[in-house]
Amino acid sequence: MQRAAALVRRGCSPRTPGPWGRSQSSAAAEASAVLKVRPERSPRERILTLESMNPQVKAVEYAVRGPIVLKAGEIELELQRGIKKPFTEVIRANIGDAQAMGQQPITFLRQVMALCTYPNLLNSPSFPEDAKKRARRILQACGGNSLGSYSASQGVNCIREDVAAYITRRDGGVPADPDNIYLTTGASDGISQVQSRKCIEDVIHFAWEEKLFLLADEVYQDNVYSPDCRFHSFKKVLYEMGPEYSSNVELASFHSTSKGYMGECGYRGGYMEVINLHPEIKGQLVKLLSVRLCPPVSGQAAMDIVVNPPVPGEESFEQFSREKESVLGNLAKKAKLTEDLFNQVPGIHCNPLQGAMYAFPRIFIPAKAVEAAQAHKMAPDMFYCMKLLEETGICVVPGSGFGQREGTYHFRMTILPPVEKLKTVLQKVKDFHIKFLEKYA
Amino acid sequence: MALRVGDQSRAARNGLREKVLTLDSMNPCVRKVEYAVRGPIVLRALELEQELRQGVKKPFTEVIRANIGDAQAMGQRPITFFRQVLALCVHPDLLNSPDFPEDAKRRAQRILQACGGHSLGAYSISSGIQLIREDVARYIERRDGGIPADPNNIFLSTGASGAIVTVLKLLVAGEGRRRTGVLIPVPQYPLYSATLAELDAVQVDYYLDEERTWALDVAELRRRLSQARDHCCPRALCVINPGNPTGQVQTRECIEAVIRFAFEEGLFLLADEVYQDNVYAEGSQFYSFKKVLTEMGPPYSTQQELASFHSASKGYMGECGFRGGYVEVVNMDPEVQRQMLKLMSVRLCPPVPGQALLDMVVSPPAPSDPSFAQFQEERQMVLAELAAKAKLTEQVFNETPGIRCNPVQGAMYSFPRVQLPPRAVQLAQELGLAPDMFFCQRLLEETGICVVPGSGFGQLEGTYHFRMTILPPMEKLRLLLEKLSRFHAKFTREYS
Repeated sequence: MQRAAALVRRGCSPRTPGPWGRSQSSAAAEASAVLKVRPERSPRERILTLESMNPQVKAVEYAVRGPIVLKAGEIELELQRGIKKPFTEVIRANIGDAQAMGQQPITFLRQVMALCTYPNLLNSPSFPEDAKKRARRILQACGGNSLGSYSASQGVNCIREDVAAYITRRDGGVPADPDNIYLTTGASDGISQVQSRKCIEDVIHFAWEEKLFLLADEVYQDNVYSPDCRFHSFKKVLYEMGPEYSSNVELASFHSTSKGYMGECGYRGGYMEVINLHPEIKGQLVKLLSVRLCPPVSGQAAMDIVVNPPVPGEESFEQFSREKESVLGNLAKKAKLTEDLFNQVPGIHCNPLQGAMYAFPRIFIPAKAVEAAQAHKMAPDMFYCMKLLEETGICVVPGSGFGQREGTYHFRMTILPPVEKLKTVLQKVKDFHIKFLEKYA
Repeated sequence: MALRVGDQSRAARNGLREKVLTLDSMNPCVRKVEYAVRGPIVLRALELEQELRQGVKKPFTEVIRANIGDAQAMGQRPITFFRQVLALCVHPDLLNSPDFPEDAKRRAQRILQACGGHSLGAYSISSGIQLIREDVARYIERRDGGIPADPNNIFLSTGASGAIVTVLKLLVAGEGRRRTGVLIPVPQYPLYSATLAELDAVQVDYYLDEERTWALDVAELRRRLSQARDHCCPRALCVINPGNPTGQVQTRECIEAVIRFAFEEGLFLLADEVYQDNVYAEGSQFYSFKKVLTEMGPPYSTQQELASFHSASKGYMGECGFRGGYVEVVNMDPEVQRQMLKLMSVRLCPPVPGQALLDMVVSPPAPSDPSFAQFQEERQMVLAELAAKAKLTEQVFNETPGIRCNPVQGAMYSFPRVQLPPRAVQLAQELGLAPDMFFCQRLLEETGICVVPGSGFGQLEGTYHFRMTILPPMEKLRLLLEKLSRFHAKFTREYS
């Protein structure tokens, strides 16, 4: 009995026959048998520990909100408590959150959302007719005409139809079926190159040849800055490559309300379009989605406005266009500024920022710094970023968090702070880098 | 429609090749997942709605979705104050509008100040906006008569479902006979069985006692646990209180006994308390696991691991679509808690409008606030109606021969037991259907009423149930209950 108890303490009941291994005749006998070999826990020994928890969860890493960001949080608290630092604020250049960095939401989008949230406002003279029309349409498609009802697990029907219409327009008429559209709770992340059409064709061909399911993360499709670049959707290219590809290659492409010119990260709006999925798989997909009931309906509504914005002739069109161009123009300017400034720094090389919201410059880290990093049990670029954070308050994410070729080092920084602040940040990074090179020469 | 093996080769001959992602190549755990609340019967209900819209003649003019706990879809109005504050947060220009009360504006400003860039559009930290977590802690303290709650032990989530899945995920480990087992009630809300299937954990059923108003019996827990130790490593015990689908509200004695049992047997406790505001029966009272645990003193209060869940989807607010919720963890290992935060961070953050709504749920207008009177009126009205509908449901079903319904003490559902004639049972089996699924399908086809068969929630072998919400408006509910009872009588005659 003691041995069994000891085994149980190690985590689980052994297979060797214990008092509960035999089939007992009466429940009472079973009950008392269990009582006899109750796991004896010393005080403080928990059920759920690092050892006993799900090992797959332990393996999970998400650098964008990883150790460096936790450190940034700690430093912010210290600043709040009045502790002196070489800087007065922490700059969170780690995450693609435009509105956190001061970008204003698109007025029309928030008007429609407010009308949907509090429909009494439909009687208010302060809202334009086109916003009210959109809101009514969305509400009519919601259970109980309210954002507060669950929607179908695949998303509100008319919003999926609007998304399909958007995709069809975007892709020059290549049809999209609302049945292949699934609204989602946000989407995921990406890097800043805009692939050429040829590249996309090659990838599609490769996937076709090697029988790979394609996932195309296209959340930055509205963030293209380089005048020589254009966004080519995987779906469009696939179709234009002809039936052998367009009928066979399985593709899922993703979009989101979090990026673009909207920056509505907090709403967790998004969609995916699936192409050539086996019908039974689609059934399984809806089943899986249904366990979580539905994506947040306010996010679905936000997505609707993104794909169905004001058009020329509508009352809100002018203001909407102005705001959109202003945001995108600003981002393009900051992209260029960042690229140029980084490329002026010895030991930093930054590829052209053709799109998205980030710079991912490559940095030269001297051998002595690499040694120092290893002594601290850190990846060299993590070491660099920690030093950067501690000395300047600027929080960026080390390239090791994203993956990079062995022996190379990078960091990811957003281009989102306002222009003047961005200039200051870039200057500070430059100064830090030069000092770092000197220190570890 | 589905491509079978023969179809696949024909497809290949047509130049369509075999797909990469098929039923055979997909994640086998996902294949095992079932979620009856939105399962086959609901899909059929959607088809019927479509047919009605197309003008197809049916023995009914509308489909009644009594399958899901979605109050606003059934006509319940949102709480005015909540939507005012949220609208102000969404479109802060409205702060200048004379049409909004001052207290709503103050709340909105407070929330916005706590948001990145003062906007609902910014991500929050992964555990949720600090200010809101503090408000949740204060709510819990008030609810539990002063027992302290630490905001650092509170994690906002995408509905309670999001947090439940996260905690279960943490618990699943081990291989073969050491694989994590989780005790869940029968009947249960099928999120639990679905999640355990997806995570490939071992589901260990414990049966609630229908004869005693769905009571939770520790002797039953012991029996099931000891059997389970043969083939898995039981690590957690899930309790839903007030119950879904059963509607029972557990007594304090029961909760104490469960806590004692969990502690003795080394089980992590998950307390799903999303219906804590939905208690109707006289003599029933909600006791939070946290409160009871704390009042039991050491070693329970200091060592028993507990996660308790709440949501903005139920109660008197019914804001399902916003996906607001939280989990409070008690006595969790700090390292594991860090891991949990890490896991949540991959999905960035729960929807911020949902967080804002939750904030109002946990800190509604105070008696001295201008909006209090209207708020209180709306809230009382919703709860009084639900209580009346709970009573009506129990009454009508119990007047029907062949239907027996336990008191609906809380939550939003009735889970009556129905007698089905042996011939119907046989026919169902021939059709490859659970008998109560067969009953519910016929009910849907003939009356348009959509309820969920008991087989979707689990039930004692040889018994049949269905779960129906009490949410339709009173008069409609009355009609539905009568229609359903008549249908049952007809069904019984037909298969006698």
